[in-house]
Amino acid sequence: MSTTGTNAYTPTSRTARLSAGAADYLDERIGAARLVKGFARKVFPDHWSFMLGEVALYSFVILLISGTFLTLFYVPSMTLVEYEGSYAPMYGVTMSEAYASSLNLSFDIRGGLLMRQVHHWSALIFVAAIVVHMLRVFFTGAFRKPREFNWVLGVILAVLALAEGFTGYSLPDDLLSGNGLRIIEGVILAIPVVGTYIVFFLFGGEFPGESIIPRLYILHVFVLPGLILAVIALHLALVVAHKHTQYPGPGRTNDNVVGFPLLPVYAAKAGGFFFIVFGVIILISGLVSINAIWNYGPYDPSPISAGTQPDWYIGFVDGLLRLMPGQPEFTIAGFTLSLNVFLPSLVVPGLMVVALLAYPFLEQWVTGDKREHHLLDRPRNAPVRTGIGVMAIVSYCVMWAAAGNDLMAIAFGLSINDLTWLLRFAFFVLPPVAFVVTKRICLSLQRKDRELALHGHETGRVVRTADGEYFEVHEPLSETERWVLVQHEAYRPLAIPPKKHEDGRKVPAHERLRANLSNFFFEDRVEPVTPRELEAARHHGDHEAIEQPEGREAERRELGSSV
Amino acid sequence: MSDIQLPNSGKSPADEPDAGRTPVRFRNPGLPAHRHRQADVDPRAAKRAERQVLAMLGLSAVGSIFFIVAYFAFPLDGTFATLQVSNISLGLGLGAGIFFIGTAAVHLAKTLMPDTEMFDERHPQRGTEAERTDAAAIMVQGGQESGLGRRPFILGGLVGAAALAPLPAVVLLRDLGPAPGGALAHTLWDEGVRLALDPSAEPILASDVTIGSVFHVIPENLYESDHFLDEKAKAAVLLMRVDPDVVDVREDRAGWDVDGIYAYSKICTHVGCPVALYEQQTHHLLCPCHQSTFDLTQHCKVIFGPAKRALPQLPISVDDEGYLVAQSDFLEPPGPSYWERG
Repeated sequence: MSTTGTNAYTPTSRTARLSAGAADYLDERIGAARLVKGFARKVFPDHWSFMLGEVALYSFVILLISGTFLTLFYVPSMTLVEYEGSYAPMYGVTMSEAYASSLNLSFDIRGGLLMRQVHHWSALIFVAAIVVHMLRVFFTGAFRKPREFNWVLGVILAVLALAEGFTGYSLPDDLLSGNGLRIIEGVILAIPVVGTYIVFFLFGGEFPGESIIPRLYILHVFVLPGLILAVIALHLALVVAHKHTQYPGPGRTNDNVVGFPLLPVYAAKAGGFFFIVFGVIILISGLVSINAIWNYGPYDPSPISAGTQPDWYIGFVDGLLRLMPGQPEFTIAGFTLSLNVFLPSLVVPGLMVVALLAYPFLEQWVTGDKREHHLLDRPRNAPVRTGIGVMAIVSYCVMWAAAGNDLMAIAFGLSINDLTWLLRFAFFVLPPVAFVVTKRICLSLQRKDRELALHGHETGRVVRTADGEYFEVHEPLSETERWVLVQHEAYRPLAIPPKKHEDGRKVPAHERLRANLSNFFFEDRVEPVTPRELEAARHHGDHEAIEQPEGREAERRELGSSV
Repeated sequence: MSDIQLPNSGKSPADEPDAGRTPVRFRNPGLPAHRHRQADVDPRAAKRAERQVLAMLGLSAVGSIFFIVAYFAFPLDGTFATLQVSNISLGLGLGAGIFFIGTAAVHLAKTLMPDTEMFDERHPQRGTEAERTDAAAIMVQGGQESGLGRRPFILGGLVGAAALAPLPAVVLLRDLGPAPGGALAHTLWDEGVRLALDPSAEPILASDVTIGSVFHVIPENLYESDHFLDEKAKAAVLLMRVDPDVVDVREDRAGWDVDGIYAYSKICTHVGCPVALYEQQTHHLLCPCHQSTFDLTQHCKVIFGPAKRALPQLPISVDDEGYLVAQSDFLEPPGPSYWERG
């Protein structure tokens, strides 16, 4: 601080001289000065919703740390052994080494249970944070150009996270995870033509075999985390290249980024947030039990406990499997086509991923907007996109709820058959309803914004004029308050072209489709207030505290018509 | 680009400003004036924030020390009581040790580090025209210098060889497992194999099976198999005895039961979970995984849920000593459907 104002930095204290020496050493070898100059004061915008991706990143780091500890004791082997650990109820039971070592981790290694629970909790939080982060990006339109690729990388990360979660879920080789694997086997068997071969190659023969645990293990601790790390690196590199998006607000434009510098503010905030996420996960893991594998016993294909549930993120697939009626299984020319399994477990999730990957490109095709977007949308200002997002959430939630149909039936004393039928209908009925309702709510919120921008805040102060009339005084918005309400743009729909041009040439089908989609997206819209409209509203004097006689005239007319 | 329709981009004639007096769009008012925090203006508040940060770091240190003490103070002995004490205290200690470092750093940043907002300029991803022209020229030059355009056979050969090179890696995976063959269609059940209790493998006397009872069954010779879990995954059976009158008569299965003792595959025809729940009153079997429901009175036909096929029935009889035995293997593959099942 004392050197501010001088051109060349002259170290004064001993520490300063030492760090200057270190800086010089690093700069001459790795160009540290250029790196510091380029990155250390990079500005990041501040908003709570930008921390969701951070939670995902940090829980992945926590997974790496806790997982490494677990590998020191876990034995990825299906060789059968007699349990001789200290958990008395299992003493002498024949089980795989994988399950025995998982029990040892819980009962004989101090802190082992804590680390197991840290690992499991952070896995759940990892996937949850990815999903919520994805929703934030979707609803604010952060996937728009130039960030389409980063959205695609994010979808890939989400899929990898699910795969990573599932491979880990199976490793303890307890009854619950073994039944999960059995379901996976059934699902793969349903793949037409090659399913049986995939099962035999994956399991090294028949289910369960003796190969699947070591194979899942190497996927879980090496292949998948390696891929996830690589994609995270690309994901973050693109964030740096694009600079972070920001919410609209006074002073924030499409050409700047407003916020705080990496050094020192974000180094402290983001670094501190890592410790907070880590600390909270450890506290949860110390206090809340998860996956008590000693209750389930070793895997055995014959027993099962009622109310089996997968980890939450696999729930939607399990729910769809439950909702699907059994009819569409066919035998054609001596081959079995098991669509009752193949459709819900693989085709629908596959289509969901395709829809996620395609959406940014679809929306861009419809709007024809090829400009860069760095200012986020307020979700209400994109009513159809927001409607589509909520529709997706609702259909996901129906599938997810279906995975708990047995537990719900018990908790509410319902017939499981009725409940399943209810959810089958809900799967088709609720999403469109959610779309329409959400879109209407967005449009109403936009109208409310217009009202506010045009007429200002209601003050609650009712004034009686000399003529005996009453009106409420409105207080106009300040420029900065108004800006958020009026800064956005509203697309207008394309005119739908006729089937044929005037000269008789056919209009290509994709052009008509695009125009139709454009109408679907932008036919209903509320445009932001323009300065001219504001001026007109002021001129008419509406509900504002403008002491002008004609203002009250207008007021009187409005009151008169509404009484 | 030309067909974007934006009302307030100023391009549409309908939005021309009247006489240039009122702008078409509102202008960005710029950042509001910076508001100082308490700690910026009041040295006592700054001092207080400093103390709070220090206190959090102190709590962190206490947590870490508590963890180390608890690690040695609470050994495990295989009981839940010690496990719980150990887990909770280790979790609280480690959790606090880490959590409070985080809150200290964030509190420091929020109260004592400058909070004046800064600007960075953004630059379009698109390069300048000059950069783009140069890049295109470099690519063209690179292509020309490689000579591949002039020597199409090399290019063709390169593509061909590169396409072929990964194939050995695929072939290399062939020995991951055997070809399925008919493995899924056959189980340990065979003529004369005794039905035995799961998991003890004790054979079952027909006379022990009373009406309304249900047994979880494995082949008596299960544990003689090298891969008994694989065999059990196909051969597990549920044995139930009902009043023969409640069961629909099926001529083609006459003699498959023993006085109302029925044996059905326990492996769900949906995706293979054990169909382990038997409702004695309704004679329904329920799979707890996805709720496929099978009706014993209709030869375990599916009456609800995602499975399509009935559970395969195991034909049984009684041997000379009165034990239940299989008449043969299942007459169709048990368990989930697969392509070659037919």
